[in-house]
Amino acid sequence: MEHIRTTKVEQVKLLDRFSTSNKSLTGTLYLTATHLLFIDSHQKETWILHHHIALVEKLALTTSGCPLVIQCKNFRTVHFIVPRERDCHDIYNSLLQLSKQAKYEDLYAFSYNPKQNDSERLRGWQLVDLAEEYKRMGVPNSNWQLSDANRDYKICETYPRELYVPRIASKPIIVGSSKFRSKGRFPVLSYYHQNKEAAICRCSQPLSGFSARCLEDEHLLQAISKANPANRYMYVMDTRPRLNAMANRAAGKGYENEDNYSNIRFQFVGIENIHVMRSSLQKLLEVNGTKGLSVSDFYSGLENAGWLRHIKAVMDAAIFLAKAIMVENASVLVHCSDGWDRTSQVCSLGSLLLDPYYRTIRGFMVLIEKDWISFGHKYSERCGHLDGDPKEVSPVFTQFLECVWHLTEQFPQAFEFNEAFLLQIHEHIHSCQFGNFIGNCQKEREELKLKEKTYSLWPFLLDDQEKYVNPLYSSTSQKPAVLEPNTVAFHFKFWRNMYHQFDRTLHPRQSVFNIIMNMNEQNKQLQKDVKDLESQIKQHKNKQTDGVLTKELLNSVRPESPALKTSLCLKEQTLLPVNDALRTIEGSNPADNRYSEYADEFSKAEPAVVSSEYGVARMTC
Amino acid sequence: MEFSELIRTGQAQAELLRGPEMPPLRGTLCVTGHHLLLSPGPQATPDLWLLLLRSVDSIEKRVAGDAGTITLRCKDLRVLQLDIEGVEATLDIARSIEALSSLESVITSFPFFYRPKGLRLGEAWHFHPPERYYKRIARETWSSPLPVPQTRAWRLSEANEDFSLCPSYPRAVIVPRAVDDDALARSARFRQGGRFPVLSYYHAPRGTVLLRSSQPLTGRQKLRCAEDEELLRAVLAEARPGARGFIVDTRSAQAAKQARMTGGGTEAKAAYPGWKRLHRPLEREGACILVHGAEGTDSTLLVTSLAQLILDPLSRTMAGFQELIEREWIQAGHPFQLRCAHSAFSHTRPKHEAPIFLLFLDCVWQLGRQFPLSLEFGEGMLLALFDHSYASPFGTFLCNSEKERCLCEVRTRTHSLWSGLNQPKEQRKLRNPLYVPNPLAIWPSVEPQSLRLWQGLFLRWTHPPEPSEVAWEKVWQIATDQKTEGSQPTDSASEPQP
Repeated sequence: MEHIRTTKVEQVKLLDRFSTSNKSLTGTLYLTATHLLFIDSHQKETWILHHHIALVEKLALTTSGCPLVIQCKNFRTVHFIVPRERDCHDIYNSLLQLSKQAKYEDLYAFSYNPKQNDSERLRGWQLVDLAEEYKRMGVPNSNWQLSDANRDYKICETYPRELYVPRIASKPIIVGSSKFRSKGRFPVLSYYHQNKEAAICRCSQPLSGFSARCLEDEHLLQAISKANPANRYMYVMDTRPRLNAMANRAAGKGYENEDNYSNIRFQFVGIENIHVMRSSLQKLLEVNGTKGLSVSDFYSGLENAGWLRHIKAVMDAAIFLAKAIMVENASVLVHCSDGWDRTSQVCSLGSLLLDPYYRTIRGFMVLIEKDWISFGHKYSERCGHLDGDPKEVSPVFTQFLECVWHLTEQFPQAFEFNEAFLLQIHEHIHSCQFGNFIGNCQKEREELKLKEKTYSLWPFLLDDQEKYVNPLYSSTSQKPAVLEPNTVAFHFKFWRNMYHQFDRTLHPRQSVFNIIMNMNEQNKQLQKDVKDLESQIKQHKNKQTDGVLTKELLNSVRPESPALKTSLCLKEQTLLPVNDALRTIEGSNPADNRYSEYADEFSKAEPAVVSSEYGVARMTC
Repeated sequence: MEFSELIRTGQAQAELLRGPEMPPLRGTLCVTGHHLLLSPGPQATPDLWLLLLRSVDSIEKRVAGDAGTITLRCKDLRVLQLDIEGVEATLDIARSIEALSSLESVITSFPFFYRPKGLRLGEAWHFHPPERYYKRIARETWSSPLPVPQTRAWRLSEANEDFSLCPSYPRAVIVPRAVDDDALARSARFRQGGRFPVLSYYHAPRGTVLLRSSQPLTGRQKLRCAEDEELLRAVLAEARPGARGFIVDTRSAQAAKQARMTGGGTEAKAAYPGWKRLHRPLEREGACILVHGAEGTDSTLLVTSLAQLILDPLSRTMAGFQELIEREWIQAGHPFQLRCAHSAFSHTRPKHEAPIFLLFLDCVWQLGRQFPLSLEFGEGMLLALFDHSYASPFGTFLCNSEKERCLCEVRTRTHSLWSGLNQPKEQRKLRNPLYVPNPLAIWPSVEPQSLRLWQGLFLRWTHPPEPSEVAWEKVWQIATDQKTEGSQPTDSASEPQP
């Protein structure tokens, strides 16, 4: 690679961000075409994918060397000290180049080769089939049909080819409506609730300005409300704050005038725009990165960042949506400005509250493919895959994952997947290792021939399914299939395992997940053993009713049981197998060190030297 | 005194509201000497609703028309509302509750009347921590690989047999063998409240010790006490050769300096060679530690007991934790009666009240969250201890010291909380199903990102923890399945045995 001048630097120090004693590991830094690799003296490897690098900084030279700080999009921060300034400078320059690609074709996915043949690759891409998904929801039906209006992306470039619309909405109405909507994103079906016959629809803002009207658009909305036999009224949710929506009117955009549309109830929800969210996350990360943070500084920092307030706003909107459908049987049309950020958040989260299917591992993949990927959430711009406009970068999808995490915390048994699954997906929206999240809309993805040149993430996640299963999941316990989360302020907690994923000293030192998985596994094994033994005994009994032989048989089985029992008590034995499996969570590289790996040293033998640190007691490692 | 003098009314019709999630209860309300009862009457559920009056922290009454409302805020942070028929009845009941909930006499308190079925008086009062703990140390020093003098370094002193040295210490304490009872008496005179340095924890793997005391009474004249200095010297002499000591003053440097003005103070460096003073709570390996604040009955105990949980695997077991609380809190003279007289809702100005023990329980809860497999007891145990420390039918948390408990004959006339908690039917509530013995020290992270609000306690009554409770039940199920099945192969195999 032309950007790499130095491939190997020795005697590099890696500092621990949260140790006040300035402890460090010494090792060798390697620069490859795709990763930065650090191998410390214990042969432990830290892999950093170039695409994950958000920021590289070269700090002022110190006596021990030249500090290099790397901040990653998966919230890892590493602090190296490179002995010679020249080397540091070379690496710094290389990383600057390597972390910002100009062309899609230079992204990792186009060179990543998991050694699959073409048919395996194709099968992987076919794993999530949206036509199947709409069938599962119950469309097409007597009220809803598949429209071919956008078959060639003629009406809307950022929508998928296949769109579901009310049966009574004719093509001219659709075309007319699309001309009245920002970026041509006219109202289409996102989720159909079969029992209630109510629908979640999505679109972008109308080009209404101060007074403009569009009859076709009004007709289309009427068609949506008519498609719901249970309730003639429909909600139109503008997910923006009222002020933002009003400001848009000056630019010839805006929101629906209730007087012009029959049977709509208009509602603002007040989720802030991508710029507010971006700076909110920045503030949050600044607080987290502070060394020796006090409890009060942490909480005031958290409050000032406003992050949890934004999470709550998204959650509130989704709850409003779910209630409109469940309680009032009303269909809901959701939009924001362009209908690909806040609209995706609210529609997907609302569907997740309504439909238990989306809370399964496969269902969640389908949900992301439907409401995010196919409807044109601009992953490449929002995640900054290419060297582009930094103002387009925003953690919109991260917020969605965080909302889901909050739900998993409130409903520990409702989700088939666990936190590791969410973290892994978050890892890969930035990794560019798989094709799913590359590009900004379906049309672009087709042009990039992603399905021929790259792999889909989903089959790889399914292969590792056991790592992502929530051991407490119970599909039967969901008597009320609809989740009604509590949004009292104290339910919104700081998601440490996301924002401090790699800061191992901050994590619980023992994993409840691991032990429950193990217990479940062993319970199954023991049940099997019991059955085997019982059938053996039966066989022997049938063969010979000689007591001596039965005794012999007993002696032969007995030694096994104490061994089984002791393995339950020894954590080394019980924890490590699962732990091994968890090592590969991160995907971008199996040798990456994430918190889940932590269990193998979760409690330390007493350290010989302890620094004087503030607090009751604190491990230094 | 008769309770009947304080009970101003027989009974009244009332409706009880217990928060948003619980259905209201209607029935006949009645005040007895120690309880508030609501009997739903024959038609509804036969269950009697009972509230220990001692657990009422504050009471508010309002009357309107011919009915009244009483709001009870309890020490366990519960808020209850009673809608009562009749103005007179409301006022009478309110006055009765007010009088009965703040009775100061210990021997008329409920534990002296509580006689549950299935428990015997005197049961589980058999924990005699200093003696028992001394035996453990003797055992550990005996088997330790350390040099011989170590094994004889400590003795059990009964110098405080009649509580004359220190009214807040138990009868027996563990002190360096080299220091005789007379020296202890002099050291006691030099320490506030007579709390001379005693052994709190012996760390067998390294042969180091944790001591606690109260502040030395150096005062403005910078007084010294030869016996006190000798005591600390003896501690170091008997530890590893060359061992150093640290004195952890739980107060800030500023506060310690101010204490000198009122006759308290800190140890002068020159007088205690080998000991270094620190004003920050921290634990150090390979050194002996003396912890004290001012009186040595609050934050001192907080620090020493938490340190033991972190270092000592035995204190993380159910029995070990109970012993730790008995030894390091109850017998060590944490003034429970004063500190827990009122809780957060009280309108009276706090004099001696402070949630120090709650602070300890919260720290243990944080520890349990970070090491979910290492504590044998669960959140239920911590909640039970919180509840019982404020209001309890058991005698364990009564009084402020061993001396007072002896005077009141608490041990012979009340039931021990431990005997109540150790009944088999309570275990599922109190135990951690995921416990796996962990022989190592458990060092928690104290970064703000690692600490959480203890929702299970602070939000226990305001929001229903249903989903997580169901999930917890499932964890229990998985864990107990495992235990029973773990033994099953042998069971089924033994079946055909003649």
